[in-house]
Amino acid sequence: MSLDEHLVRVDGLSVGFGDVRAVDAVSFTLERGAALALVGESGSGKSTVAAALLGLHRDTGARVTGTVRVGGVDVGAAGDQELRRLRGSVAAMVFQDPLSSLDPYYAVGDQIAEVYRTHSGASRRAARARAVDVLDRVGIADAARRARSRPHEFSGGMRQRALIAMALACEPELIVADEPTTALDVTVQAQILDLLHTLREETGTGLLLVTHDVGVAAESVDDVLVMRHGRVVERGPVADVLAAPREPYTRRLLSAVPRVDAPREERGGDLGDVVVEAQGLRRAFGRGRGAFTAVDDVSLTVRAGETLGVVGESGSGKTTLGRMLVGLLEPTSGRLLHGGAEKQRPGPVPGAQMVFQDPVSSLNPRRSVGESVADPLRARGDRDEGAIRARVRDLLERVGLDPAHYDRYPHEFSGGQRQRVGIARALAAEPRLIVCDEPVSALDVTTQAQVTALLAELQRELGLALVFVAHDLAVVRQVSDRIAVMRRGRLVEYGSVDEVYGAPRDPYTRELLAAVPALDPAVAAERRAARRAQARSAAVPEELAAV
Amino acid sequence: MMRTSGPTGRTGLTGRLGLTGFTGFVARRAVGAVVTLFVLSVVIYAVFYVAPGDVAQITCGPRCSPAQVHQVAEQLRLDDPLYTRYVDFLRGIVAGHDYSTGTGVLHCDAPCLGLSYQTDQQVTDLILNKVPVTGSLALGAMVLWLILGVGTGVLSAWRRGRLTERVLTAVTLAGTATPVFVIGLLLMIVVCGQLQWLPFPQYVPFTDDPQQWAWNLLLPWLSLALIESAKYARLTRSAMLETLAEDHVRTFRAYGVKESSVIGRHALRGALAPVIALSANDFGTMFGGALLTETLFGLPGLGRELVQAVRVVDLPVVVGMVLVTGFFVVLANAVADVLYAVADRRVVLA
Repeated sequence: MSLDEHLVRVDGLSVGFGDVRAVDAVSFTLERGAALALVGESGSGKSTVAAALLGLHRDTGARVTGTVRVGGVDVGAAGDQELRRLRGSVAAMVFQDPLSSLDPYYAVGDQIAEVYRTHSGASRRAARARAVDVLDRVGIADAARRARSRPHEFSGGMRQRALIAMALACEPELIVADEPTTALDVTVQAQILDLLHTLREETGTGLLLVTHDVGVAAESVDDVLVMRHGRVVERGPVADVLAAPREPYTRRLLSAVPRVDAPREERGGDLGDVVVEAQGLRRAFGRGRGAFTAVDDVSLTVRAGETLGVVGESGSGKTTLGRMLVGLLEPTSGRLLHGGAEKQRPGPVPGAQMVFQDPVSSLNPRRSVGESVADPLRARGDRDEGAIRARVRDLLERVGLDPAHYDRYPHEFSGGQRQRVGIARALAAEPRLIVCDEPVSALDVTTQAQVTALLAELQRELGLALVFVAHDLAVVRQVSDRIAVMRRGRLVEYGSVDEVYGAPRDPYTRELLAAVPALDPAVAAERRAARRAQARSAAVPEELAAV
Repeated sequence: MMRTSGPTGRTGLTGRLGLTGFTGFVARRAVGAVVTLFVLSVVIYAVFYVAPGDVAQITCGPRCSPAQVHQVAEQLRLDDPLYTRYVDFLRGIVAGHDYSTGTGVLHCDAPCLGLSYQTDQQVTDLILNKVPVTGSLALGAMVLWLILGVGTGVLSAWRRGRLTERVLTAVTLAGTATPVFVIGLLLMIVVCGQLQWLPFPQYVPFTDDPQQWAWNLLLPWLSLALIESAKYARLTRSAMLETLAEDHVRTFRAYGVKESSVIGRHALRGALAPVIALSANDFGTMFGGALLTETLFGLPGLGRELVQAVRVVDLPVVVGMVLVTGFFVVLANAVADVLYAVADRRVVLA
């Protein structure tokens, strides 16, 4: 292979599954050592393109046309042996879900060693040493010992590091990373992106990053390629595309992305009575040595017409708190007042409803959506079938669905529509309080914007008290009046949006905000430098507060 | 996820004794096994006492006079209340038992499962004589059905949708559908009768002549394995299809690892768990249920003995047999659990 050839050259690539054309005539090139992001919403075909670079569609029944050349190898025409050599030693893939992407039965180090041995033919001992080497390289402390751990003994961030170590093992010319940080908390995401960046600087490896998150792309690559419905929408340097998108779709996509620094319109509106009040709420799980406190001494109030945003990373106790507020979980101690009165008996609180994260699994697939929405009406004792049907049709219409779809089943709807059904179901019993647990985190940004707009509109009209539980700081900022930041079960910060985002008092809040990907590559570079400086000198966190 | 332990976890007795981790896991299983066997013995005792039929009459024979029948009933203590006899039975297991035979005393060492009503033979001896026969049969059959079943299953998952798979599916389906006495009989007629490759099976103890032991048992093993392996083939195939679709299998394929390693190391290991569990169960049940095979091939095993004992309501023998069968089922399952935990360290914690 000649040195001046492109690292990746894709010409007229199309991939079809059955009747669906997932990728349609995509062409692009990637220079050696350069970094390109494929950005798009779900169904845009970005992951399918990434898989085609490693020839992963072979023998799967997919129809692949066009040519793909990686490191001088024609992926479509290569023999099985040549393809196996390409995979791992020329181009290595980092997958999305770090838990399921490693074999649970083998030690992490052995898995990396196996890959290394496959390509280098090294001895077992040498391969194991190499595994420890790359694990150390990706920042796994005490790598020699941790190499013997199995994946379940690693945290999510460590698993992702281990996958990156596997990618590094054979010194590939290209790393293909498919949503490498989507399953991670925002602070861990920042660490992983920084790691990828550093490794690229040190090794000169090319990077093809697949992501739905424009912010992640802005942090990590030189060029960005926007995809939609299997086609290329536009390509250019990341700063140009983000600052001045040429195509209308890119503009729409970017305007839907919630930002922590965008100007915010005052939500205003009259605040009503206190709908729910928590005093010293605590919830523990388990007994003995296995016991831990998920929520610890949390006090807060939510008024009618107001949205309280609850943010925190995984394991912070935000979902447990949300469930207690609607009575799905009983507090271990503390007081919970609904409309000023303490709950008389355990169980769900009348007038409080919940909207769940996953609109797929939170609807019964064997019942029509109309019946699902009617459930809370029947549960409270409504018996008049005609009235129930009329009310459900009203509700469906109210959330922007066609009332004629009463008898359809969940699988006939898109993700956003299903979440609308979830909202209609929550509204059915005329609640005063709705707790939304990550209501938009499974949705694409444009759908996300529509669903949050719907929630705001319903709140204005019906004077609902909303609790919006989410890990995404930008989304929470957009929809909330007040913010509660949780960490390890405790409220570390509680105040208005402007206070929490504008002048955070708690170091953890500052750390969280600093980790949110910036949409401007220049700002992203600045922040990365700041994070590095902090990591090097372990400086006073005060220095970082300038977000 | 790993933090929450089940109800048998740290809150149980073994938990309070500080037995955690692997030792605790084994200890918990052992306690569970003892409890299971105890419950089993109570149930068997109770069932046989509500069962119809005059035990004394059957034991004595049709030509006994009423006085003789009465004497037998007295000797067997059939008129004592159920619970005293059960307690006696338990005591026999722990401490042994002395039986008066009218003229002298017959001592039965612990663990004593009583005397046969029919022959006055010690049940323990009776069973111990049969265990090697049934054990040989079960063990060899299991090894064969694992090789045949898992091999076929892996092959048909790997060659899914191709000719290989269709042929294998048809063969295994035919295997399941054929009763053991048909396969066994056919094998015997062809292999022993026509071709005369093997002798007509006859049990030779392993300790006497290992080679003859294996040659004589080959046909019984094969006929049992052919039937059982179909089940294992289907189980392995579906488990393999599941693990082959898992993300970590995709990872190793995407790293150019050879297909044989991907299947053998990464996919098969995850798929073996249900196979191990089912094998353990089948192995254990074979101690009570290999009757057809034992009869067909004339092997003097536990299954034949059990049927004989049930026919004449020889309670001590039946109870003893059922307990031994139960013991092997429980033991095999416990071994499977331990194997499972060794293979997948997460099991101990979960």
